[in-house]
Amino acid sequence: MEALEQPAAAAPQGEVGRSRERVEDDALLRGAGRYGDDLAVPPGTLHAAVLRSPHAHADIRSVDVTRALAVSGVHTVLTGEDVRNWAAPFPVGVREPMEHWCLAVDRVRYVGEPVAVVVAEDRYAAEDALGLVDVDYGLLSPAVDAEAAAAPEAAVLHEGVGSNVVSERHFHYGEPEDAFAAADHHVSLKVRYPRNSCTPIECYVVLASYDVAAGAYDVSANFQGPFALHSVMARALQVPAPRLRLRTPADSGGSFGIKQGVFPYVVLMALAARKAGAPVKWVEDRLEHLQAASSATNRVSTIEAAVTAEGRVTALRYDQLDDCGAYLRAPEPATFYRMHGTLTGAYDIRHLAVRNRVVLTNKTPTGLNRGFGGPQVYYALERLMQHIAATLGLDPLTVIRRNLVPPEAFPYRAPAGSLLDSGDYPAAVELAERDGGLAELRERRDAARREGRYYGIGFCAAVEPSISNMGYITTVMTPEERRKAGPKNGAVSTATVSVDPLGAVSVHVSSTPQGQGHRTVAAQVVADVLGVPFESVTVNVELDTQKDAWSIASGNYSSRFSGAVAGAVHKAATRVRDRLAGIAAGPLGVAPETVRFAGGRVHAGADDGSASMSFHRVAGAVHWAPGTLPEGEPGGLRETAFWTPPELAAPDEGDHINSSLCYGFVFDYCGVEIDPVTGAVRIDRYVTLHDPGRILNPQLVDGQVRGGFAQGLGAALMEEFAYGDDGSFLAGTLADYLIPTSMEVPEPVILHMETPSPFTPLGAKGVGEGNNMSTPVCIANAVADALGRADIELPLTPARVRGVIGIDEPEPPAGLEPAAAPRGGGSGLRASDSVTMPAPPETVFHRMLEPATLAAIIPGCHELEATGENAYRADVTVGVGMIRARYEARITLSELDPPHSLRLSGVGESAMGSAEGSARVRLTALDDGGTRLDYDYEAAVGGKVAAVGARMLQGAARVIIGQIFTRLAAELGGGQPSWWRRLADRLRGLVGRGGGRS
Amino acid sequence: MLKIEANDSHRVTLTLNGRERSGNARPRTLLSDFLRHELGATGTHVGCEHGVCGACTVRVDGVASRACLMLAVQADGRRVDTVEGLAGDDGPLSDLQAAFRRHHALQCGFCTAGILNSCADFLGRERDPSEAQVRDMLSGHLCRCTGYTGIVRAVLEVAAQRREQRQEERDDV
Repeated sequence: MEALEQPAAAAPQGEVGRSRERVEDDALLRGAGRYGDDLAVPPGTLHAAVLRSPHAHADIRSVDVTRALAVSGVHTVLTGEDVRNWAAPFPVGVREPMEHWCLAVDRVRYVGEPVAVVVAEDRYAAEDALGLVDVDYGLLSPAVDAEAAAAPEAAVLHEGVGSNVVSERHFHYGEPEDAFAAADHHVSLKVRYPRNSCTPIECYVVLASYDVAAGAYDVSANFQGPFALHSVMARALQVPAPRLRLRTPADSGGSFGIKQGVFPYVVLMALAARKAGAPVKWVEDRLEHLQAASSATNRVSTIEAAVTAEGRVTALRYDQLDDCGAYLRAPEPATFYRMHGTLTGAYDIRHLAVRNRVVLTNKTPTGLNRGFGGPQVYYALERLMQHIAATLGLDPLTVIRRNLVPPEAFPYRAPAGSLLDSGDYPAAVELAERDGGLAELRERRDAARREGRYYGIGFCAAVEPSISNMGYITTVMTPEERRKAGPKNGAVSTATVSVDPLGAVSVHVSSTPQGQGHRTVAAQVVADVLGVPFESVTVNVELDTQKDAWSIASGNYSSRFSGAVAGAVHKAATRVRDRLAGIAAGPLGVAPETVRFAGGRVHAGADDGSASMSFHRVAGAVHWAPGTLPEGEPGGLRETAFWTPPELAAPDEGDHINSSLCYGFVFDYCGVEIDPVTGAVRIDRYVTLHDPGRILNPQLVDGQVRGGFAQGLGAALMEEFAYGDDGSFLAGTLADYLIPTSMEVPEPVILHMETPSPFTPLGAKGVGEGNNMSTPVCIANAVADALGRADIELPLTPARVRGVIGIDEPEPPAGLEPAAAPRGGGSGLRASDSVTMPAPPETVFHRMLEPATLAAIIPGCHELEATGENAYRADVTVGVGMIRARYEARITLSELDPPHSLRLSGVGESAMGSAEGSARVRLTALDDGGTRLDYDYEAAVGGKVAAVGARMLQGAARVIIGQIFTRLAAELGGGQPSWWRRLADRLRGLVGRGGGRS
Repeated sequence: MLKIEANDSHRVTLTLNGRERSGNARPRTLLSDFLRHELGATGTHVGCEHGVCGACTVRVDGVASRACLMLAVQADGRRVDTVEGLAGDDGPLSDLQAAFRRHHALQCGFCTAGILNSCADFLGRERDPSEAQVRDMLSGHLCRCTGYTGIVRAVLEVAAQRREQRQEERDDV
């Protein structure tokens, strides 16, 4: 061993608590990241494309892959039949007879549901073949709206259940009836939280292979956990868990909870690889992602408070309806239960009654989404607090203050079971009021209002839960069901620290980060414990279920890194340190307890001037000279720590559940001004205060706050997964699903407090999700305040705000017809127009009945054959925006009243979805021997065309249907319109003289 | 005019980050796919394939362009610069990259390559940009992690640094 020597310079300042440039960034900035789609693939890898349902609800009568298999480069097509042979349905969180397979086997229940997987030599060929898989659908009525779907008369998605309400639970804490009976006021509000998603910029990626000899699957996917879902995947694949080796890449292009939803595709592509007999890679595209990946749960809440005259809330009553989409996909119905213990928020309210119902609808299944469950709860609770103030004529901040949990009450047991670990909420509110400039904001509001402008201030006080109790989901079961199933609880986090023969330190964590900087913080924690330079610590965050330490709680969700995983890192590093202290104690001539690690050296005592040895020399001995080690020291140096907090107990007989370990505090307020003409909401100032316990890295904390704030702002003002009444999905592109850009996101004023958690090793709590919970409702409260209205709905788009304000549309200029509003369903279209025909009505009528004329005037008509009297079958290609679809159409002429009127109708099916339209045509003789043809049409479009082209459909329908009649006019004027004639028509149209129009 | 049949493969040669590279592309092969899968330059990321998110932005003959809205054959014979070319092969980060790191202008890093390319093009044209101009330029990109603050600060700082450098150079002369 090395000779003792005198110490060098002073120990470095501690790493934890410092902002550090991230160790992740160098590679990412050079384009050297290793994301899912960047990984090397084995030779012979094939590429998959997924055929998806264009219908919201339909029986699958047959799937014929013959034509698809004939496409050059196509190897195989996986269908429901294969899935039935090799797999099982996913386990479901409630005891109801419903099956969710990775691929629809007999019925489709949402637009975008996978129906078949084409595997080909490249993605282009696979996509070509999608259109040649022939699926015969028998259409069923859809159930789209959550409340309508819960009604007895609704179409039922899962017939075995007999109802779309698949879970209903009632909870009762304290004496809510007495509190309501004694209250001075009852104040209630009904609110709807919409569907949205934090939409990572990287979509899902899966690379799967099957080892036929071992009967084992090996899959790489940008999955983010929770790894409890590994069990769900292995059971669906019907293999023991080790035979599903799941690996995650080093880098992930964002998740925000959404990449939990890749798990059905892990199973699907594993089966596709088995069928293909080759590795299969699938990269989800944006349309697939938006329509079918995952979604926040939309919720309808009726919330009622028992309130004293002073604004003290004594009891709350929640009636909540969660729409989890077409299947209850694991871990749903967790949206409810993640927040269950925390339903009273930051308030000291002792009495609580809850009814939770889960309804299934013909929409994409829901899942984790940053803030999970929080935006829904706080949208109800904090809107109610604002409404109480408005109703009682009190200041909203006064109502908040009167109800906050007092600082002396911590740890505070909320009535539904959450144990709020630490905090000082009144002090935080006071800090934010002062440092955020609330008084000045109030002056700005008053000045704006004096000028007649719409200006409002909104508040939100929220408890931000972190480190989920893996047992919270069992609160959906009755106590009796839980007794039978056995208790579930806790949250095991995992970290491994090892020291190599040259004394370098490596860390592995099973936290599958997606940009949060876990490698940086883990290195900071270990550098402090072992007294080695931050730069010298290597951190690996890839997860391989076959080789790494992991447990069901592994993964990146519920803001569990700083509280739990960083704590496990600390524990593992401490074990390494303690072993090294035991080794160094002898040579240093001191007791192990006094050995100290700093500056890359191991010191004999607390004093930097004490004798020391270099860290790598002490560590090297465990590899190079195990014979010199003290008794009981085994040699080698790798410590894995598992840590689970004892506070996370299973739900008790009274349904109390401490749903999370830590509860940070968030207090936000903002001033907004509303443009009275456009309805646009402008954020004048946004103040957000966070108490996330001990802050491990201030820069990363602010980064989380800013990112969450931008997403919360999007949810408040812009983002919604819109559906038509027929269940068609209407937000299939990023031009339809609007995400805030640098133009929409202002810089928030960020304030901090630090009240360490007594329950985590480092005193840290989570901080990743607070603004996703607080910002939507804070902005909504400001808008409610500005407008003096309670009936507002998210997202507060300009059109919706204008609707609330009730701004009258100005009359259109003379001679300009206003565009017709779409009929109920988002894709429903109707309009009227007229065209002048250069022939008398008799001729026009007669020609419309001729097949040759029809073939010539229907745009994109390739083939037309008669199938009966005035009934035809045709092949028609139609383009809307970026996509073209070839429809197999049935065209009929009916309601014939020669030569006055008739009806021209068409119904078509294509790989891009269905379309139908019908035009009522009236003919009126003109004095010059011609005819005025008036038409009114209604059309509806579903499937992919509706998803990507919703905002263009109105115009496209007008053009396409208009073309039928302008072409008819051209036909009557003598043969096919020539290209120069069409050009001339177009030019005339552009200068406003309207082609063939009168 | 070049005519290529739908299923024919065409040899595309371009200058990628200063080096001549070539590979096979069919007429419909997107430039983004060609760069990533044919030339192995995976630093360019694909986020939407319909020109909205901006993740795939590269510079074609110096001009920021969406690689998902361009065909590989359209880049034949042209200069294409991607994120991999911003710093020298084994060299330090460029001033722009270093400013992104300093200001925590990236988290997951998936949108970053495209943003860096737009910024590189923009800063070459705008020597004294206002925050409003920077935000306007960045509005062609979607970032889900950062809320844009760090990005705006990094770009403004680099613009200021470069102005100072130019001033010093003038003073030296």
